[in-house]
Amino acid sequence: MENKNKVLLKVENAGVSINDKSLVKGVSFEIKQGEIVTLIGPNGSGKSTTAKIALGIYKKIDGKVKKYTDKIGYVPQKISIDWTLPIRVLDFMTLTEELTQDQINIALNLTGVEHLKDKSLSNLSGGEFQRVLIARAISKKPELLVLDEPVQGVDFKGEIALYKLIKQISEKMKCGILLISHDLHVVMSATDFVLCLNGHVCCSGAPHKVVKDSKYKELFGDRASNILSLYEHKHDHTHSQDGTIDKK
Amino acid sequence: MLDDFFIRALLAGIGIALITGPIGCFVIWRRLSFFAGTLAHSALLGVTMALVFELNIAFSVFLISAVLAIFLLQLQTKTNLPNDALLGLLAHSSLAIGLVIIGFLTTIRFDIMGLLFGDILAVSQSDLLLIWGGGVFILIILKIIWKPLFASTINYDLAKAEGMNPDRYNAIFTILMAAIIAVSIKIVGLLLITGMLIIPAALARNISNNPLQMVILSTIGGLLSILIGLFSSLEFNTASGPSIITAALILFCFSLIKFKKYSELKK
Repeated sequence: MENKNKVLLKVENAGVSINDKSLVKGVSFEIKQGEIVTLIGPNGSGKSTTAKIALGIYKKIDGKVKKYTDKIGYVPQKISIDWTLPIRVLDFMTLTEELTQDQINIALNLTGVEHLKDKSLSNLSGGEFQRVLIARAISKKPELLVLDEPVQGVDFKGEIALYKLIKQISEKMKCGILLISHDLHVVMSATDFVLCLNGHVCCSGAPHKVVKDSKYKELFGDRASNILSLYEHKHDHTHSQDGTIDKK
Repeated sequence: MLDDFFIRALLAGIGIALITGPIGCFVIWRRLSFFAGTLAHSALLGVTMALVFELNIAFSVFLISAVLAIFLLQLQTKTNLPNDALLGLLAHSSLAIGLVIIGFLTTIRFDIMGLLFGDILAVSQSDLLLIWGGGVFILIILKIIWKPLFASTINYDLAKAEGMNPDRYNAIFTILMAAIIAVSIKIVGLLLITGMLIIPAALARNISNNPLQMVILSTIGGLLSILIGLFSSLEFNTASGPSIITAALILFCFSLIKFKKYSELKK
């Protein structure tokens, strides 16, 4: 099924070094329409760097990156907006693309922050801002979405809803997604392809293959391998608030 | 009372305010206040170069500012010094070189006060043409590059990732700043052009909540400063350039008071 879909991005043996120190090297992967590729790895393993390589943010890189689309939406890991700049959510939404009021409303509504439209960006909480960032990235109907820890600071309920939304977007809009996440549950359940990074690619493949890889276990510990079984087991019961089991 | 020279001064001032209003906002947003000052300082060298080689003053100032900007970019990549140190180094050394060269020009009488503080009352028709022609050109370019420049100002990575080419627009903006200094040097002088870029935009920041509003208010603030400054310099017989900046400062103080009241209302 995947073969019919257009390749959006191809990264071949790419890497980047700053001041002769390699940040990440030898990364290869491709993203097709409707596919979610996820980067996992410990802090400082080069996940954000890899995303930036794919986006062409670095001037000098090793290897090759081929982009087959210009319609890209990006949610960076860190964004520091200078508060000397008065800017509302509304102004931020149209930063790189002209949008109609309807398009803005729909996108903000999807991430649950439509009511913040006329608010100043500087008055938003971390989680609210993160939702606005996601709304902005999806509002331009991108073919490729790059999400660098998109739900950081979002409340627990919102996190689940946003991941659901991301999954929906990839399915409905046929959008390719490069996702960076620390949430192994989400990664393993919603992803088509996983790259496990630690300065280089430790292991990669479909989620069920990666969790069995010894290098993955080395990096994340034995418990992480059980992630999949945790997710895959079928619930035949639910828990009520006090923890007692209600049989279905 | 409204002599011909005064009308010309008003027209020149209005032209300057119309350009410094929007450009000044970007100067503040991009934290380029000190950079604007450095470019203005280098203008003295530009003027002396014009005298030595018999060039057009505006052209020479523009050239020197542009060279300085490129030199700064080079220094930034080659040294580990912080930006403000590099800017200070360039500002004062270009000013010094300019003054040294003036020392050699014994045959030319040089109005250094006029250069430092501007002489808006001595504006000629060709100056007016330069300001309005150059000003329209600068504003048209700014309008064209507004979106990518604004996106690059907000966040470099985001702009670059989504195909905005921030490096190009940062460079174009630097050239625009050199151009604005070149066209306005004779009117407000090199010490006051930075003031005209920063103070109206700063007062606008206090009372605006979105970028476009800030640009409009900054332009209005600049226009008011010019009008109040020029009329009071005529009334009290004070130097015109400093009077304009003083007027701008007074307006800035008013914007602070208003801002406080506004935020109290919100509570």
